[in-house]
Amino acid sequence: MTTSSTRRLRQVHLAAHFPGVNNTTVWSDPRSESQVAFSSFRHFAQNAERGFFDYLFLAEGLRVREHKGRIYEADVAGRPNTLAILAAVAAVTHDIGLVGTLSATFNEPYELARQLATADHLSGGRIGWNIVTTSDAFHGANFRRGAYLDRDDRYRRAAEFLEVATGFWQSWAPDAVLADKEAGAFLSPDGIRRVEHHGPQFDVAGRFTVPRSPQVRPLIVQAGDSADGRDFAAEHADVIFSLHSEFADAQAFYADVKGRLPALGRDEDSLKVLPAIGFALGSTRAEAEENAREIALAQTSGATAIAFLERIWGRDLTEYDPDGPLPEIDPDPAGAGITQGRANNAADPKATAEAWRARAEAERLSIRELVIALTARHALVGTPGQVAEEITRFVQERASDGFVIVGHTNPYGLDEFVDTVVPELQERGVYRDSYGAGDSLRHTLGVREYA
Amino acid sequence: MTRKLHLAVALDGTGWHPASWREPAARPRELFTAGYWLDLVRTAERAGIDFVTIEDSFSLQSSAFGAADDRSDQVRGRLDALLVASYLAPLTHRIGLVPTVTATHTEPFHVATALQTLDYASEGRAGWRVQVSSSPVDAALVGRRTVEPLDLEAYRRGEGQDAVRALFDEAGEVVEAVRRLWDSWEDDAIVRNVASGRFLDGDKVHYTDFEGRFFSIKGASIVPRSPQGQPPVTALAHTTIPYELAAAHADVVYVTPQSPEHLDAILAEVRDAEARLRPAGRPPLLVYADLVVLLDDTASGAEAELAALDERAGEPLSSDALVVAGTPAALAERLLDGQCHGLDGFRLRPARLPADLDAIADALVPALEAAGVRPASAASAGDGATLRDALGLVRPDNLFTTQAALSRGSEVPA
Repeated sequence: MTTSSTRRLRQVHLAAHFPGVNNTTVWSDPRSESQVAFSSFRHFAQNAERGFFDYLFLAEGLRVREHKGRIYEADVAGRPNTLAILAAVAAVTHDIGLVGTLSATFNEPYELARQLATADHLSGGRIGWNIVTTSDAFHGANFRRGAYLDRDDRYRRAAEFLEVATGFWQSWAPDAVLADKEAGAFLSPDGIRRVEHHGPQFDVAGRFTVPRSPQVRPLIVQAGDSADGRDFAAEHADVIFSLHSEFADAQAFYADVKGRLPALGRDEDSLKVLPAIGFALGSTRAEAEENAREIALAQTSGATAIAFLERIWGRDLTEYDPDGPLPEIDPDPAGAGITQGRANNAADPKATAEAWRARAEAERLSIRELVIALTARHALVGTPGQVAEEITRFVQERASDGFVIVGHTNPYGLDEFVDTVVPELQERGVYRDSYGAGDSLRHTLGVREYA
Repeated sequence: MTRKLHLAVALDGTGWHPASWREPAARPRELFTAGYWLDLVRTAERAGIDFVTIEDSFSLQSSAFGAADDRSDQVRGRLDALLVASYLAPLTHRIGLVPTVTATHTEPFHVATALQTLDYASEGRAGWRVQVSSSPVDAALVGRRTVEPLDLEAYRRGEGQDAVRALFDEAGEVVEAVRRLWDSWEDDAIVRNVASGRFLDGDKVHYTDFEGRFFSIKGASIVPRSPQGQPPVTALAHTTIPYELAAAHADVVYVTPQSPEHLDAILAEVRDAEARLRPAGRPPLLVYADLVVLLDDTASGAEAELAALDERAGEPLSSDALVVAGTPAALAERLLDGQCHGLDGFRLRPARLPADLDAIADALVPALEAAGVRPASAASAGDGATLRDALGLVRPDNLFTTQAALSRGSEVPA
């Protein structure tokens, strides 16, 4: 690659998505290990740190998924508590950021602010929070308060939650702890500001117990895609966890959200856009494409394909052959909500079923082949050099600031990426070859820092 | 070894004396760093201590019960104990980690899953010190309910029992709900059967369907059953109502006898509560006495150190637990006496950290080993032993496995 350009290349930021509990994760792979054993988290995190990733990302589960009125059996199920595992992973890593999803619905600001500030202290400023809200009764049933939140209030609650939490995070003066043994002064006299907040969602008052943490405000990540979600991100977030990974679509999304920043007094680099993306590597493009096909097949077992159809048909389809044609019967209009704990119910099942039948017939696809085609997302497929080139193109041409890399096996799924793609990125001058000593996650990512 | 004397250490700030932070060896500036806690726990682990507890509360420490003070001459501020324990888990190998977590303002689902995760991260060394909050200051911070101030003097006279009873009954429900969540996955629920495409056997994941007076929880947990299945539950108790909570729900109770006679009375009351309230099949409640300890090479030296600390604090140390200033040898004698009196163990609260923890490790524990009530440190529970192992508690059957076996009419698994 030529380096004739004197302009500094835009730098790539990468997050490592710990394999989750949907069919992206191929548990049937012989190299696949426990999704809850600490050894898996240790390996996954240390490998990502070896590859200088900005952060590890961990989603949250608040209820085991159900399908047809019972526990869903075909995917990985069971995961640790987000905060506890991030604190433990902090102990076996030094530089990588640690970001987890935590609900603003089923937590209260005081307790969660305290936990995040604690984790920020323990990790030396490496903690981030992917803020989500939930309003459905399915998840509410696991909590004392139940499903109390109106769907339309979700972003209001999230914004007010952040406001209260930030009040607590900033309530200790930077020099509040004197610990002056001679003078007998542990705290400076006005070291802790009392927080008072009386709003529609929260009514809290008192003093925080945790001193100002290294980042003050942990990194805020947000994944909403609606207009409200984009507004929320533009105002409050440091990173958008995006699903826009096709180049043109990603560019449009990037321009949209970055375009919202100037009016809020923010510069464009203060909000990073990181789409989630899978990958398949090979020594030639053809080999990589073959690997991608194999991965897709492994991700879509017959049972997975049938369950995918059942979500639209709203009825039991286990009698159908996943390698045969689509069902001729129509969806059961009463069967909406057959699946609980996922966010993908179709608006018009009958029309969806007809469109899928038509496509399957036209392209001569079996149930399983259709589901693979439907669920195919843009992925990074090629030789390590080609993948690095594609990542670089996205970042230089403002389609993203990098990616959240989603592997398909746990915990070794990102090892090959670190071994082969990371050096290619470094060679192109778009990716770090070390962390800055003692840098906070905010500093690593190049977003706003607080003192 | 005759009967093992259980030994726990309670960690809080720079120690349990309010002037401890001004000691030359104290590290008050580092209280909010990971390294401070790691050093303390490694010392305790090296000495073969069974477990450490880590104090916590939602509100700032205060010299007034259930109310805030504005003092700046004592340590104020704490990290979340459960997350400190989680951080310590991968960096330690034998010692139990028992954070304090309130049952009053928290969600049982989060408490259950966080402790299970601590159990995974420590490979079976998690425990829980369940705490009840009667503080209006805590309530105002959380903001979901108001709590009337508790008049401790009136409560001790037997007044205002209903409000306290309600808080403890609620906490009992929380422990019960958490225990059910811990058992909601059978140990062999994850099958990973490639041929059938089943990762999970859904019949082995159970709704807890907990319905109490104070709340209901559907379940199941999101975390598969953890290494210990049921991490030990511990509680500090001073009066009848908390003794009853411990007898009904805990594995270990910490009591605060002021004299041998007082200890006899406490033990009688605890055993009575146990007889009335303990669920069938649970092992007997383990009873530990709490002691605040200040150790020195000579008795007069220890007394002088305590007097100096008291003078710095401006008042004598006041504590719910007996304060013992003396030599490690004398403390060892006292602990052996307590064991003869029917105690299973002690939870020692070092007056000064790290000084009194160092003395526990370097002098007290060897004295107890010599007396044959503690295993030799080097040979004590090696890596891989769980906290339940250290406490002599077997890994319990799963409530739901037992129920499922009964409903299938098959034999209950051993």
